[in-house]
Amino acid sequence: MNALRVVAAIPEAALVLALPPLLLGAIVKTKAWFGGRDGPPWLQPYYDLHKLMRKGVVYSQTTTWIFRAGPIVNLAAMLTAATLIPVLSSDAPLGFAGDLILVAYLFALARMLTVLAAMDTGSSFEGMGASREVTFGAMSEPALFLSFTVLAIATGSLQLSQMIGSQLYTAWATAGPAMLLVVGALMIVLLTETCRVPVDDPATHLELTMIHEVMVLDHSGPDFAYITYAAALKFTLLGSILLHAAIPHPGWPLWVDVPLRFLELAALAVLVGVIESTMARLRLNRVPLLLASASVLAALAAVLTLTRSLN
Amino acid sequence: MNAHTIIDSVLVLVILLNLGMLAVSRLASGVRLFALQSLLLAFLPLAGDVFKGEPLGLHGFVIAAGTIALKVILIPYILLRIIRTGEVHREVEPFIGFTASVFVGAILVIGSFAVAVRLPLPTEPVSKLIVPVALSTLLLGLLTLVSRLKAITQVLGFLVLENGIFILGLLLLKQTPLLVELGILLDLFVGVFIMAIVVYHIRREFDHMDTHLLDVLKES
Repeated sequence: MNALRVVAAIPEAALVLALPPLLLGAIVKTKAWFGGRDGPPWLQPYYDLHKLMRKGVVYSQTTTWIFRAGPIVNLAAMLTAATLIPVLSSDAPLGFAGDLILVAYLFALARMLTVLAAMDTGSSFEGMGASREVTFGAMSEPALFLSFTVLAIATGSLQLSQMIGSQLYTAWATAGPAMLLVVGALMIVLLTETCRVPVDDPATHLELTMIHEVMVLDHSGPDFAYITYAAALKFTLLGSILLHAAIPHPGWPLWVDVPLRFLELAALAVLVGVIESTMARLRLNRVPLLLASASVLAALAAVLTLTRSLN
Repeated sequence: MNAHTIIDSVLVLVILLNLGMLAVSRLASGVRLFALQSLLLAFLPLAGDVFKGEPLGLHGFVIAAGTIALKVILIPYILLRIIRTGEVHREVEPFIGFTASVFVGAILVIGSFAVAVRLPLPTEPVSKLIVPVALSTLLLGLLTLVSRLKAITQVLGFLVLENGIFILGLLLLKQTPLLVELGILLDLFVGVFIMAIVVYHIRREFDHMDTHLLDVLKES
């Protein structure tokens, strides 16, 4: 890491942390455009967060400390993961061999605390949402890990920022089909983990159909702001893993990399918006099939890369 | 993206379409996936020549045209017509659940990759993926054939199986006489034609196409 890189790291981190609500706004705008509406202003997610931060918090008397810990741990896990995942530039602020495991389990930790907090309220609806969230989370995990495996084989590294860094550029040339499958699998993982259509509909407020939203119904004020922001950050992080895997940059200088990645993230948000507007939510019993196919895609990619390295 | 990558991608897409056929719940979508798969395969006999910079051989061209005419247009048309006019239930009704069959399919694909690297080949293939993809297409066609209830899906399985043979035939494209390929295509057409008639009769006899009832037929 050269001197320029160290100096640039702080504004870059600030940019990364400021970005997530904007992406949410872009998704909402895209959906509004498809619906022929103007939609809320671009900065609406920021206004919402600001409004929530000024509010007081209401805690149910049946809840324990777990309910209060949920949003905080959720946010903390996402912020920690943000230090390990390259978002705008090609390498993350921190990193060590095997950090992909930490990243995956930070996501799992955030999910676990959200689920526990939901169960802590004792509401049957939230319990239902929690059960769905855990089911789908458990099913998307093999796909995520198999995709990581493929990337690790393709680049010969176990460090996330190298696995999806410039070495991947040559891997795309030699193992294109496998990489395409990985990108497909990661896309499904992204949609599942961030609770988007076709798995979950973030816009619905009918308790019987929602998954993530129902779990956070009882959170209010700053707690809810943390959850909303953490969800947006999770979208940014998983989205940039997907983008770095899909469009590897061959070690361009920072001033080319950062704007390009920014545009790609915006394009991804628009793409997710398009998917949400054009697709219907899957029937709940078809979702496991989607997640199974994501795992199968990743497994096929693993087989393809393995046979290539055998020959 | 060089030539090999494109051929490889097409072959991988063929496997994905196979798995898709195991996953879809509607007969018509299954038939459309088959048509798409055949369309992709139809270009493979030409691809080898194009990427080597050789002029398009008549041989490859006739096979591609025959495949498109038969497997992309005619047979899907017949099948879709049966589905539409036969007033059949449009659901697939598998013996094995969709998720389970996709997983079994994936295991079959992995198995055929494991087997294919051990097979010696007489000639260097256009792509290293041809043998494993052919094997897995065969096996997945077989899986569709045995794990589905409806006569139409069984026809579909048979067709996918034939697609597997077609991919395997690409290995020996230069050595096989054109007549053999055309013969296979004709056989396929006649096969589907007869099966269409059979399906029609099954339906008229039993009011549906569930092949299970054929198990209890007795001579009297």
